[in-house]
Amino acid sequence: MSNLRPRVDGLSAARDLLGDLRALGQTPAPSTCVSGTLTRVGLADSYLTIETPLGLVYVAWNERGLSVARRASTNGEFEVEAYALLGRRVFLETEPPRRMEQALREWLAGDRRAPLTFDLRGQTPFMQAALLKAREIPYGEVRPYSWVAREIGHPAAVRAVGTAMARNPVPVFIPCHRVVRADGHLGAYGMGGPESKRIILQAEGLNVAQIESLAASGVRYVSSASGDSYCYPSCHFARSIAPEQVVTFAGEEEAVAAGYIPCDVCRPPLPALAS
Amino acid sequence: MLSDVALAAALADNLDSAFESLVCGWSQRLYAFSLRMTGRSRDAEELAEETLVQAWRALEGYEPERRRALRVRPWLFQIAANLARNRARSARRNPALSLDAGAGADGQSFSAAAERIADDDPLGAPGAALERQERLDELAALLLTLPEAQRVVVILRHIEGMQYAAIAEVVGEPVGTVKSHASRGVARLRKTLERERVAAAQEA
Repeated sequence: MSNLRPRVDGLSAARDLLGDLRALGQTPAPSTCVSGTLTRVGLADSYLTIETPLGLVYVAWNERGLSVARRASTNGEFEVEAYALLGRRVFLETEPPRRMEQALREWLAGDRRAPLTFDLRGQTPFMQAALLKAREIPYGEVRPYSWVAREIGHPAAVRAVGTAMARNPVPVFIPCHRVVRADGHLGAYGMGGPESKRIILQAEGLNVAQIESLAASGVRYVSSASGDSYCYPSCHFARSIAPEQVVTFAGEEEAVAAGYIPCDVCRPPLPALAS
Repeated sequence: MLSDVALAAALADNLDSAFESLVCGWSQRLYAFSLRMTGRSRDAEELAEETLVQAWRALEGYEPERRRALRVRPWLFQIAANLARNRARSARRNPALSLDAGAGADGQSFSAAAERIADDDPLGAPGAALERQERLDELAALLLTLPEAQRVVVILRHIEGMQYAAIAEVVGEPVGTVKSHASRGVARLRKTLERERVAAAQEA
């Protein structure tokens, strides 16, 4: 009998050991294993939220740059919408890279040197061209839809530019809010309508009421009595003209007839050639 | 989870979406392997992630037919085992690179487990669960003392539950060698545990 005891112990110890080894394989992996891998290989994007003049905005990005910006009331709502737009999952970044947050803030404050890039894969070449052109409009200034159309080499595609702006995947960051109607109306805005467009332009220091009243009174361009070029009213050159020097024009024909040429910074159009 | 064959076929047909399934299906197992190889949860997380990223880079370069023929499981563990070996080698060469070199296995698991048990099961038998957790922690620490060649094989055989032929593929050794590593490794674990049990009994 006394011989049997240690053998039974030995057998059960052997079973215990193998069972314990198997149990060591049951450790759950941190959820970041999946999200970390998928974001690193480009099959998913990360996202964070950031305060903007339009409130909290969700921003997704990957190694190529920002991919989606949206307002949403919950993380889940944003995740669903971003998936529909991107065809990839997005994961909340609990410790967003400081460089990224810094760049977003600088960009929102109007610093165009902020190292921010955009991932516009999946958009048509026309969309990409229109969006990248909108990105060139300086902080606190506006340009007409027709300006974007002409600058990207499709002067007749004014409505298509409107559509492109409406479908901007990264509003606020690609400033489609700076593209307005030639008649001075602010025009549509995807992220909250015209009222939001007014709020964000005012936050950039644009005197929206003044721009609107100029347009309402038929003014399209301004220039200085002592200068030789005509500008869009929000061009920073135009805004630096002393009030008593300001000359206004109802159209490019009038400005050219008065001996002015288009400003080479804000690039308003020349009159159409007589056919 | 998809079978290896189904997953390989999916990888051949649509790499992007199949890779997402691969990551969801395998990250826990690769993490568990990495944790038992390194003993530290942070290292294990890095190792599992690096394994999957390397797998992705390789898959991107493979023709669909090569992806279809892939034996996913041994292939993944081969990548993980190589990375673990390189990591251990560079940690030996340059201990400063590893922030907590010499700290040994995670010290947190015991108390964390104790808390978990206390939270989850206030009316249960925390004594038995604690004792089991203690035993598992001891075993995990003991695994780390095995020579690497034995540790890899013991983990793949007894934790991951792989066949010897597949393990032989992972480590690139003949099946006979793999079997002998496995049995020596387990024997060594058993002997140490037995010695400690005796020592504990004498103390008591």
